[in-house]
Amino acid sequence: MKTQGIPRLVVLGFICVLVWTLSGCAPDPPGRSGRGARGAGSGSDVTDAALATYVPPGDLDEYYLFYSGGHSGQIFVSGIPSMRHIATIPVFTPYPGTGYGFDDETREMLGGYTWGDSHHPGFSETNGEYDGRWLFINDNANGRMARIDLRDFKTKQILKIPNISANHGSSFVTPNSEYVTMATRMSVPFPEGTYADVTEYGTKYKGIVAGIAIDPDDGNMTLAWEILAPPFNYDLGDAGKGPSDGFMFWTCYNSEREFIEGGKLEVTASQKDKDYILAIDWRAAEKAVADGKAKMIGGAPVLDPLDAPGIAYFMPLAKSPHGVDVSSDGQWIIGSGKLSPTTTVYNIDKIKKAIADEDFEETIDGIPVLTYTSVREAEVPVGLGPLHTQFDGRGYAYTSLFVESAVAKWKLPPYDDPSNMEQYVVDKIPVAYNIGHLVSAEGDSMSPDGNYLVALNKLSKGRHISVGPSIPESAQLIDISGDKMKLLYDAFTEPEPHYAVTIKADKINAIEVYPKEESDNPNAIWTAEEARVERRGNTVEVWMLAVRSFFAPDVIRVNKGDTVIVHVTNIEQTRDELHGFAINDYNINVVIDPGETKTVTFKADKSGVFAFYCTNFCSALHQEMQGYLLVKD
Amino acid sequence: MNDFFKRFTNALDTPLTLQSRLFVFLAALVLIPTFIVPLWHMTFVAQQYPEGLNLYVYSHDLVGGDGGNDLTEINVLNHYIGMAELKPEDFSELKWIPLVIGILGVLTLRAAAIGDLRAVLDVIVGSLYFGVFSMWTFYYKLSYYGTNLDPRASVEVEPFMPPMFGYKLVGQFDVWSYPALGSYLFLVFGALLIAAVFFTWRTIRSGVSGSGEKS
Repeated sequence: MKTQGIPRLVVLGFICVLVWTLSGCAPDPPGRSGRGARGAGSGSDVTDAALATYVPPGDLDEYYLFYSGGHSGQIFVSGIPSMRHIATIPVFTPYPGTGYGFDDETREMLGGYTWGDSHHPGFSETNGEYDGRWLFINDNANGRMARIDLRDFKTKQILKIPNISANHGSSFVTPNSEYVTMATRMSVPFPEGTYADVTEYGTKYKGIVAGIAIDPDDGNMTLAWEILAPPFNYDLGDAGKGPSDGFMFWTCYNSEREFIEGGKLEVTASQKDKDYILAIDWRAAEKAVADGKAKMIGGAPVLDPLDAPGIAYFMPLAKSPHGVDVSSDGQWIIGSGKLSPTTTVYNIDKIKKAIADEDFEETIDGIPVLTYTSVREAEVPVGLGPLHTQFDGRGYAYTSLFVESAVAKWKLPPYDDPSNMEQYVVDKIPVAYNIGHLVSAEGDSMSPDGNYLVALNKLSKGRHISVGPSIPESAQLIDISGDKMKLLYDAFTEPEPHYAVTIKADKINAIEVYPKEESDNPNAIWTAEEARVERRGNTVEVWMLAVRSFFAPDVIRVNKGDTVIVHVTNIEQTRDELHGFAINDYNINVVIDPGETKTVTFKADKSGVFAFYCTNFCSALHQEMQGYLLVKD
Repeated sequence: MNDFFKRFTNALDTPLTLQSRLFVFLAALVLIPTFIVPLWHMTFVAQQYPEGLNLYVYSHDLVGGDGGNDLTEINVLNHYIGMAELKPEDFSELKWIPLVIGILGVLTLRAAAIGDLRAVLDVIVGSLYFGVFSMWTFYYKLSYYGTNLDPRASVEVEPFMPPMFGYKLVGQFDVWSYPALGSYLFLVFGALLIAAVFFTWRTIRSGVSGSGEKS
């Protein structure tokens, strides 16, 4: 026993020493080492970065940054360079903070959905420049497109169109806001509502790309045309500009056109070496519709490339591509195959020539495939997992590298020495971590500002104080004004921005009060004398006003089972004097901005006495701003 | 002494020099803009109102800054302390002041046409009375609104006199109150009339003018 005991002790001691040594060698958990030691290793100087991003109290940011909110269904508004979150614009999801989805109008706009998946915001444009009028955002989940008016930062329209399934290739706006795009990411049987087993995927399932016309006066969106496409997954897109104006581009994957049950799409869709960019000549599509070549299918005017040649072309691209981005001058179309270490640059002149010469490799479902070597300008070895590209207006492109967790800066053509393409990748900066999209200052316009770049990272692990397993996303501000990119700032957002767009702050002229004289709501009232409750049969209609710090009327008497319609006007004309109108236990919370009238209709299906009150803190006597809904049994 | 009064009374018939007549005519013209520019301007600045609330007193109206919204805002704030709502229709001054200015204007034109010192002095005396009375009524209204506070108001404050001229701290507000362009035009109006009297008076004193008595 004794002879065995000593070696045991020795072994135990050895293990203790080993554990102690290893724990000493292991890196400190994130967040516990010094700030300087945790920088992204980019050589970013802390003082310079602090000065570049510090916006003193009371000072204003230089740019707006509109993030898509992903499956939160919203848009987040931040400022650059401070990266401070300033506001949330609810789009596809009810948002009690602004009463969105509680009043009749927004509830009807949401159409019964309680969420959406907002992906790629796009500004309205005039001559290829952001004009600050509207912001468009797609719903990847439910085939919808929304328009936000930048005059008041409110969602004004949600358009749902038939046949589209998973609208991901959206919202890309043509240079004079003629169209905003929509496209199917997950092909389904066509037309919408058709049943067909996945074993018939290659034949019965179809992809759709669509042009949504934008009314130049009020921004109203209507479906102009849909184009039938093979059952690939249409992913990201962009609209041509300058020399490429008239084209829309989308990448697509799964050109294997199959969905094998249990076969894992990630495997089956990665078998071929090449997938495609779909190029649509939207003026030719317009003409085909005018010539009566569209058929009304599932309630939409649909063009089939078999019947309308000259509207659609494929361009081969390294497999499983994500982003296709048109350079600021419109000359270069950049496609990134996320499994390839290179990004491909196409020349619009070569594309037009190949189309004119009918230089096709093959034809798929009536869509000619342009010969790859004829349209390609170069393949640039940017790094691993290229996804999405932005521009600085000085001849450089910036491509996000998901796998490598980095941004590559590379020179656009022309290239003097194409035999050595490595030399044109001029800088690289690591990001934390796994970047998806990136956005440069006015990066989708024809004149990017070339000063800021925001990396939208999918993972942020450990770069913030811990909030448990539901970890936020990270957005990193990078200075691209010099030769070397410099990391300036880490920001974090709620789930889950996919893309963001920036606009110079002075391009947006937002109102902060709805002017009384512009109110055209027939149910608005502006004086307490007009406030009243009227009964018609089983309907009780209330015209109410809210002002610091009372409601008029402040008592509503109804019978159980009545339909109650409350029109509430906030008669304030002072900015930031918002009032809320919430009825306890009736699941109602409307927020009314100064000068705004909102209507909420509900059934008084519970008897009793229910207090209503102002939810949006308004004044020193905000707590006293309340009334009663009396529901008699 | 008696001699002085006699001379004064005789001098009242002195015809105005051409220069003085021109001054009187100009004085009448100067009154015209007072119908359309503010007479008084009050500014209220507080931490949460960094750009300030503005209130302009016109001869015929009370107008808030920011397209009229500032008056609404001032009333909203005042209701907490029980001050009566500032409503232009409650101020009879806004009706009679334009009328009086118009009468003064007509009298001024009359003086320019008749062209003797008497007519000009009539206008000056009338205007002085009008000016003093207007100031008193302005003071009275300010003190009326500031001291007649509803005892049931939610916020209890001591009755106060809002500033009429200069600066005063009222609650959380820095308040500045000063005459505006219209009031300065009245000063110009008075100065032109006094200058007219002075220039004609000077000719009597130097004995060169064609005064009625001497010609």
